[in-house]
Amino acid sequence: MRSWLLWAPLGLFVIFIGLFASGLFQPDDRQIHSGMLGKALPAFTLPAGASDRPGLSTADLKTGKPRLLNIFASWCVPCAAESPQLVELARQGVTIDGVAIRDAREDVDGFLKRWGNPYGRIGLDARSALQLSLGSSGVPESFVVDGKGIIRYQHIGEIRPEHIAVIRQKLAEAAQ
Amino acid sequence: MTRRLSFPVMLASMLAPILAPVLALSPVSAVAQTALPPAPYADTQLEDPALEAKARDFMLTIRCVTCQSQSIADSNASMASDLRSEIRTRIKAGEEPEAIRRWLIERYGNWISYTPTADPVLWPLWAAPVVLLLVGGTLVGTRLKRRKRP
Amino acid sequence: MIAETGLAALWLAAALAALQLVAAWAGIARAETDLVRLVRPVAVTQGLLTGFAFLMLMLLFLRSDMSVALVAQNSHSMKPWLYKFAGTWGNHEGSMLLWVMVMGLAGMGIALFERSLARDTHIATLGAQALISLGFYAFLLFASNPFARLDPAAADGQGLNPLLQDPGLAFHPPTLYLGYVGLSVAFSFAVGALVTRQVDAAFARAMRPWVLGAWVMLTLGITAGSYWAYYELGWGGWWFWDPVENASLMPWLAATALLHSVSVLATRDGLRAWTVMLAVVAFSMSMVGTFLVRSGILTSVHAFAVDPRRGSFILILLALYIGGALALFALRVGAVREGNRFEAVSREAMLVINNLLLSVLLGLVLIGTLYPLLTEALGTKVSVGPPYFNSVAGPIALGLMVVLAIGPVTRWRRDTLRSVARRVAVPALVAVAVLATVLAWAGGWIGILPLLGLVAAALVGVASLAPLWGRNLRRTPLFTYGMVLAHLGCAVSLAGMASESAFSVEKLVAARPGDVIRTAGWTVRFTSVQPVAGPNWTAMEGRFDVSQGTGKVQEIRPQARFFAEPPTNTTESALLTRWNGQLYVVLGDSLDDGRWQLRIWWKPFVTLIWAGGGLIGLGGVLSIIGRWGRGWRRLRRRGQAESYA
Repeated sequence: MRSWLLWAPLGLFVIFIGLFASGLFQPDDRQIHSGMLGKALPAFTLPAGASDRPGLSTADLKTGKPRLLNIFASWCVPCAAESPQLVELARQGVTIDGVAIRDAREDVDGFLKRWGNPYGRIGLDARSALQLSLGSSGVPESFVVDGKGIIRYQHIGEIRPEHIAVIRQKLAEAAQ
Repeated sequence: MTRRLSFPVMLASMLAPILAPVLALSPVSAVAQTALPPAPYADTQLEDPALEAKARDFMLTIRCVTCQSQSIADSNASMASDLRSEIRTRIKAGEEPEAIRRWLIERYGNWISYTPTADPVLWPLWAAPVVLLLVGGTLVGTRLKRRKRP
Repeated sequence: MIAETGLAALWLAAALAALQLVAAWAGIARAETDLVRLVRPVAVTQGLLTGFAFLMLMLLFLRSDMSVALVAQNSHSMKPWLYKFAGTWGNHEGSMLLWVMVMGLAGMGIALFERSLARDTHIATLGAQALISLGFYAFLLFASNPFARLDPAAADGQGLNPLLQDPGLAFHPPTLYLGYVGLSVAFSFAVGALVTRQVDAAFARAMRPWVLGAWVMLTLGITAGSYWAYYELGWGGWWFWDPVENASLMPWLAATALLHSVSVLATRDGLRAWTVMLAVVAFSMSMVGTFLVRSGILTSVHAFAVDPRRGSFILILLALYIGGALALFALRVGAVREGNRFEAVSREAMLVINNLLLSVLLGLVLIGTLYPLLTEALGTKVSVGPPYFNSVAGPIALGLMVVLAIGPVTRWRRDTLRSVARRVAVPALVAVAVLATVLAWAGGWIGILPLLGLVAAALVGVASLAPLWGRNLRRTPLFTYGMVLAHLGCAVSLAGMASESAFSVEKLVAARPGDVIRTAGWTVRFTSVQPVAGPNWTAMEGRFDVSQGTGKVQEIRPQARFFAEPPTNTTESALLTRWNGQLYVVLGDSLDDGRWQLRIWWKPFVTLIWAGGGLIGLGGVLSIIGRWGRGWRRLRRRGQAESYA
């Protein structure tokens, strides 16, 4: 048998070990990012998700001014955890629109009463239809949408205090 | 919601038996996912058996977004059931599965399709069976020929 | 004290492993006859010590000694006896100790019972076994000490997750582990034979029972795991091509190939280098599987229950052992005398094709499993799932089935196409008859893979019995029965798989008590939903009166369970097994209007999948008994001959 052939298994094995090692040491990124960044918002019209806020449609997000589109739900614990940050962003003058996923209006009302209401408008997405067409993979998630209704940035998971600066920066970029 | 003790998890319980964190973090074991009952076509079949079969076959090839390693056909996650409903509704309306797949890939990337797509990054995967059979066959073939009596 | 004694035993065993390695090396490299006499007794003692350490850990679990960290984290004083017992290996440290113990006992077995191997190869094998054990001792003692104390002791343990409190936990982990570790023995044999350059039929005969044993364990472990998934998951699936499943399938595929190539080496003294290579590959697949599962580098359902530090440790062991063995292979195998040559139409050739197809299958499962890792390194996320694996593995598995039908009726050394064709004529006719029947009767296209699967199952089912035709059944050796049974099991299992995927009927329906659902010839009357309570759960239990056609009415009770600690919802599907299939009923969510979401499946002949797996395992057991019996008789004859001389 030719001698190089005898070394081939070892060569293959070294490649596999390299692959394993790279897998072991590369940062763990299990998030599924939306493919909709840089694209226009899908067309939608959602009924009101809370008693004291209007519903939400595509047109409401094309106002010439960047906005934060926050996907949340009254049954979601991290959503309650991120609400102080949303309230703080709203206080700083950021316009936030909410989409309540798989929710009921009275539950949303209770949630807002308890944790604060930073939202200008709240749409009710009872069947996750908007969530699916945004390419969002969980709750909570936030999208920065520019004045023309183009999606500029996706934040996966809850917004923590250290994320506020990034969100503000992305909003500022979207304003240009 | 199901006990998510699928075969993978069971094997994991044998091989990486540090299971408490798994079950605590596993998205479906969290009790309240939603207050709502399932979407209309989440667990209801289409009336037309042919369309239902089409939808079923397609759903088996779509990966559940919130549960990492299951198809939406085998998952109790609420997003999976909403997506099932969405898919059945669209197929009932006459949409082709491959069009829905493109729509999903546009949003979630190749990741969402268990069926490898025609993306060039996946070509080697389809070449693998042919290459392996050719290499192996050549090795065996030449050796058998050499082994024939003169 | 118990914990300290166990730890001391472990350290002592590790020291003995080092001694065993040095003595074996001295014996072979320097012909130190005094030192070499130590090897076998040391191996025996080492095995006893690991067994002792494991018993100590088991004792700690049974006594619920909460001053031991591992017990406090994984057990609870109120847990049923069975789960305290099984809890010993239901965690990382305990399972690694089980691994080391099985390895130690296997080393003891080789030292005590192996008689046919050349002495040098025997010593080298024990040396290799000691070398592998040393790595795992280091892993255990430095990175996962099972006997670490907890100070102050816990008041009580954190308990085993209620979901894991299934009798299956007592059976599956040890079964798969025995399989994985059994392959390490084959690996040691291969390394030993490479060291002494004695790769021959005696080597193959010595290795064969270990390979058979490991393979039986893997077969049973996978089969049982698949059935467990099927009834627990609640969606009717039984194989998902998840990375963790693949991690258990790959060693099985390698072991299956090894089993067949060993038989060529033992019978015809061919395939020398290839058999050694396969032994290395089989154990490397065990280690790759362990690594993939514990490092969490692949996305699986369980992916976060991992520790990268442990992952790196296993990766280093993998690189050292397998890399070392492959380098040794490249250096030494050229010096191994080429084995016997063979004809294109012969049993050997069929076994070579079997090995080719199994290896390709193994390669595809490996590539498919790791491909997402590769593309992620390149920056794209992809999924490789059931559609890919089914479409590439299906045709190759069918090819294997055809070889399986032909191989056993082909003669060793040399055969003619004509006589082989004559011998498979009857099975082929049966297969064609099945094809015609299915096409005529199924009332629709069932898909190409299920159709060919049924045909292949018929072909193999009949052909597998062919080696018994025209033989005196009482004088047929036991291992021939073993082979026949294992091959028949393949046909049975394949028939179940094909039938399940072709003929399953699914019914998803929302119903309220009082409703009657008719599906697939079954009448399912939903009578009521009752709250029930178990030891640590409460449940809503559906009551259903079901009957097939005009048959007897039986009650089944699927449950939707709620565990308070930790809060978890589960479903308990209800299965009704008939000779021709299973009715599978799941109670789903309750709807606002008082209806319940029900999932009902009728799965014709689905149980054949696992029955086939059981037959394969049983066939393996018969073969082991048969081979041992023959080896024993041969030894006794030799002994008599010597005494006459």
